Amino acid sequence: MLWIDCPWCGARPETEYRYGGEAHIARPDPAATDDAGWADYLFMRTNPKGVHAERWMHREGCRRWFNVLRSTVNNEVLAVYPMGAPRPDVPGGEAEGG
Amino acid sequence: MNCRLESGGRIDRTQRLRFAFNGRRYRGFAGDTLASALIANGVHLTSRSFKYHRPRGILTAGAEEPSALVQLGEGARTEPNLRATQVELHDGLVAAGVNAWPSASCDLAAWTGRLAPLFPAGFYYKTFLWPASFWKAVYEPAIRRMAGLGRAPEEPDPDIYDRMNVHCDVLVVGGGPAGLGAALAAGETGARVLLVDEQPALGGALQGLRHRVDGMDGAEWAQAAAARLAAMPEVQVLTRTTLFGYYDHNTLAALERRTDHLGPDAPAHLTRQRLWTVKARRVVLATGAHERPLVFADNDRPGVMLASAAQRYVNHFAALPGRLPVLFTNNDDAYEVAHDIVAAGGKVLAVVDCRPEPAAPLAATLKEAGVALYTGAVIAATHGTRRVQAVTVAALGEDGGLGGGRWRIGCDSVLVSGGWNPAVHLFCQSAGRLTFEEARGIFLPGEATQALEVAGAAAGSFGLAACLADGAAAGARAAHAAGFGDGRAPPAPPSDAPEPGAIAPFWLAPGLKPVGHGKAKHMVDHQDDVTAADIRLAAREGFRSVEHVKRYTTVGMGTDQGKTANVNGLAILADALGKSVPEVGFTTYRPPYTPVTFGALAGRDRGALMDPVRRTAMHEWHEAAGAVFEPVGQWHRPWWYPRRGEDKHAAVARECRAVRAAVGVLDASTLGKIDIRGPDAATLLDRLYTNAFSTLKVGRVRYGLMCGDDGMVFDDGTTARLAEDHYLMTTTTGNAAHVLEWLEEWVQTEWPELRVWCTSVTEQWATLALAGPKARDVLAAVAPGLALDADSFPFMSVREGTVAGVGARVFRISFTGELSFEINVPWHHGRHVWEALMEAGAAHGITPYGTEAMHVLRAERGFIIVGQETDGTTTPQDLGMDWIVSKKKADFLGKRAWIREDNKRADRKQLVGILTDDPKVVLAEGAQLVDRPGRPPVPMIGHVTSSYMSPAVGRSIALALVKGGRARLGEAVHANQAKKFVRCTIAEPVFYDPEGGKRDG
Ligand SMILES: [Zn+2]
Repeated sequence: MLWIDCPWCGARPETEYRYGGEAHIARPDPAATDDAGWADYLFMRTNPKGVHAERWMHREGCRRWFNVLRSTVNNEVLAVYPMGAPRPDVPGGEAEGG
Repeated sequence: MNCRLESGGRIDRTQRLRFAFNGRRYRGFAGDTLASALIANGVHLTSRSFKYHRPRGILTAGAEEPSALVQLGEGARTEPNLRATQVELHDGLVAAGVNAWPSASCDLAAWTGRLAPLFPAGFYYKTFLWPASFWKAVYEPAIRRMAGLGRAPEEPDPDIYDRMNVHCDVLVVGGGPAGLGAALAAGETGARVLLVDEQPALGGALQGLRHRVDGMDGAEWAQAAAARLAAMPEVQVLTRTTLFGYYDHNTLAALERRTDHLGPDAPAHLTRQRLWTVKARRVVLATGAHERPLVFADNDRPGVMLASAAQRYVNHFAALPGRLPVLFTNNDDAYEVAHDIVAAGGKVLAVVDCRPEPAAPLAATLKEAGVALYTGAVIAATHGTRRVQAVTVAALGEDGGLGGGRWRIGCDSVLVSGGWNPAVHLFCQSAGRLTFEEARGIFLPGEATQALEVAGAAAGSFGLAACLADGAAAGARAAHAAGFGDGRAPPAPPSDAPEPGAIAPFWLAPGLKPVGHGKAKHMVDHQDDVTAADIRLAAREGFRSVEHVKRYTTVGMGTDQGKTANVNGLAILADALGKSVPEVGFTTYRPPYTPVTFGALAGRDRGALMDPVRRTAMHEWHEAAGAVFEPVGQWHRPWWYPRRGEDKHAAVARECRAVRAAVGVLDASTLGKIDIRGPDAATLLDRLYTNAFSTLKVGRVRYGLMCGDDGMVFDDGTTARLAEDHYLMTTTTGNAAHVLEWLEEWVQTEWPELRVWCTSVTEQWATLALAGPKARDVLAAVAPGLALDADSFPFMSVREGTVAGVGARVFRISFTGELSFEINVPWHHGRHVWEALMEAGAAHGITPYGTEAMHVLRAERGFIIVGQETDGTTTPQDLGMDWIVSKKKADFLGKRAWIREDNKRADRKQLVGILTDDPKVVLAEGAQLVDRPGRPPVPMIGHVTSSYMSPAVGRSIALALVKGGRARLGEAVHANQAKKFVRCTIAEPVFYDPEGGKRDG
């Protein structure tokens, strides 16, 4: 079970959260995006071995969304940061694969 | 044969216990396990093996036991596949070996042993190939009957179970010398320490040894250590508790057996077992090591036992594993076992050592005691049927095969030692990496990925002094890392144990015939009946990956996860492939370490407590009215209200007719309700719905469809504008929480600039849907202050007023096609208003109706249900609902996707009506549609989504999704129904009042 530091509520078990998939995928301007670009936005996600930026929501707590950097190798949570903030630099942040 | 020693051991000789095993009565003492009591009674044959039904006995004294599996208890409390080595004896215990029919000593299925050539590696895959239907009908029942694997109880579990969560600074797993050292060192820093151990008492390996610690008997020292721990206020000790799972972020799970050892004396108020979830800052794994067997011909006969197990039975339980044992070893330490047996007054016939030089100085002592010594020799055969009666010892030749010299030794037991495997199971579960040490032939914990230490034998420190020192150091380190103490280890207590001796890894002893030839079996996995020959065969057949060999041969796939088998199996595979062991790799250990009961995992979450039930304010009224309830998510909704003598069909038809002809009332409280406020509320709704809500006037209501950005419908409902900056949205019952999350997600992640707040008010408002031509008359009687005529209160509008004396919001919306008012009142007034409506409507024959009638009524009008007419691949256009898709709005969720080619295909599945040629036939929902029956394969063109007998239309009706269906109105299709084809016609998906003239009453 993962333990994630909610920025508002502190460390809580995974079961209180909802996973929200990869972070930093902005909704593109529909008028300026072709079909391939739209499919990319809807469906295509990276699958790194290493650091993954992802969204979580504290469903059974404050219900706030935030971003997490997690290592997919050992599930270590490397950083927690607000929605809209840039991805922080962490050691080993360059993921393999994709 | 009585094998109990006259004195010694740590059993309580004042408490005699009676028990029955395989139908015979025996006696034991308090402190015995079932295995030790059987051994003391001279019983080694316990059960039969899984595949060949070979006689099997007790191999170990602990959790790693692969073969002495028993069915414990009777009736509702029976439990299969328990290890006899871990079952504590209590008075009146009843057990039987598994896999034996009719009994372990006379097993009719043992002929499979003679058919062994038919059961090679991968026999599952080779033998039972054809035809597929034979699996269900013939093979599987036959295999299950033969394989046994115990019986599950057929009655409900009479016991109760519970769960606990605990947080600690340092969790120590294992209460042997290393674990005790770690717990003491960590405890002394003031850290909160949890120590768990699977045995009834702390001490671990100390219980099996005769060594002294700190001037005391080792087990006594362990008791003194336990007393010191008990005096530390922040230290908690759990015995009879198996730490079985190591999960992410130092979350671990343990099973505490609280009353199993008490048998029928267990107090009724105690939970039988408790599941502990532990969150630890640091973990010390002091899980010890398992002795590994040597693989030799017919090494699975009852009477063959691990040397360290024999040592534990002698020293701890005062039970001799045999009167005439032979010891077979590849290492020095096993000589100590022979020494202990002799010291306890037993006899050892011979020590067979595969190495050319024996262990000094114990060899000399043993020789003096009359023990024969064979060096550079192996056991090449065992003899006997239900128990070993003799062994053939043979000298090893230069080439690794047998040399000259054969000695037959009559004996009644064989004690084997192939060295020690660190118990790295939990370390593996924690995603730690293993390394292989060639010299001792062992896998060791390597790089850890979680906050843990490994101490003692689990880390490869096999000497007692090293374990004590290692544990203390690890405990101090762990406490320091958790913020306690300075990290310096306290001095470890002295012990008189010698340093660990030499070992020469030895993986496969040659037999009298080449391995795999003749009847002899070199058993690697005792639980799954996997032999060295099976593993070699898999290698010959081209299997290279250790994961594939595991699945093909089933080595290590039993309930014991191959604790005694895996390393031997790997080494034999590596040899067959001409590779090194690390090159072959290691299969992964997964939770649980030992099996866990479903009862413990379920805890209190069973029966009515399995899932919360949500009830509306009118629930008791529905119950009193005899409603049948339908679970919808966690809600229980009235399904229909049968009257005396009515079946479902009759009740639903009556309820439908009442709504169409007079008036009915539905409890619609479960519909999701979301209160949306803020200056940007209109903007948010414009982006989420396919149609516009900023243009909606205050006091008006609009129906909306919600799509994902993939263009697919995922919810629908009406939304009312209560003020410029205030909307009330309704959602489907099952999707209420999901829709709220959808709103919050967009507001928080994509459009944080929007000033809008969303709140669930589902349980704040009870909702009563009053429907039918007489609805206005009924409402007027209880809401005299409300103007209800069609001009004052038009369709799709909302009014606030007083209903039955209660402040209410009334919505003029209709899900039935009839004149309808949805009355919302504060939740706790729901039942009062419901009863007022029933009273006011009595003169009109007001009829409560349930969800089934609601479904029929809405289907007659062609109203969709999201999740029934849609399945996540359905667009508004597919539903024929283009009218609700805004052409003016520049952007909203879903819009971009509809210009994709795939969403413009003419042959997309579209919503249509289906009328059977025979009006009495009601199609099955989900029925597949084809153009015309014929020889398979027949292309599917769609499926039925809703289907009912309609009282209003006087015939069956159905909705369906059909490829290109909108262009095919009037054409014939066929529905597959109970292996027949039913001819139908495609129709408009509206069957009743297509002009909508009924909605104003
Ligand atoms: Zn929170």
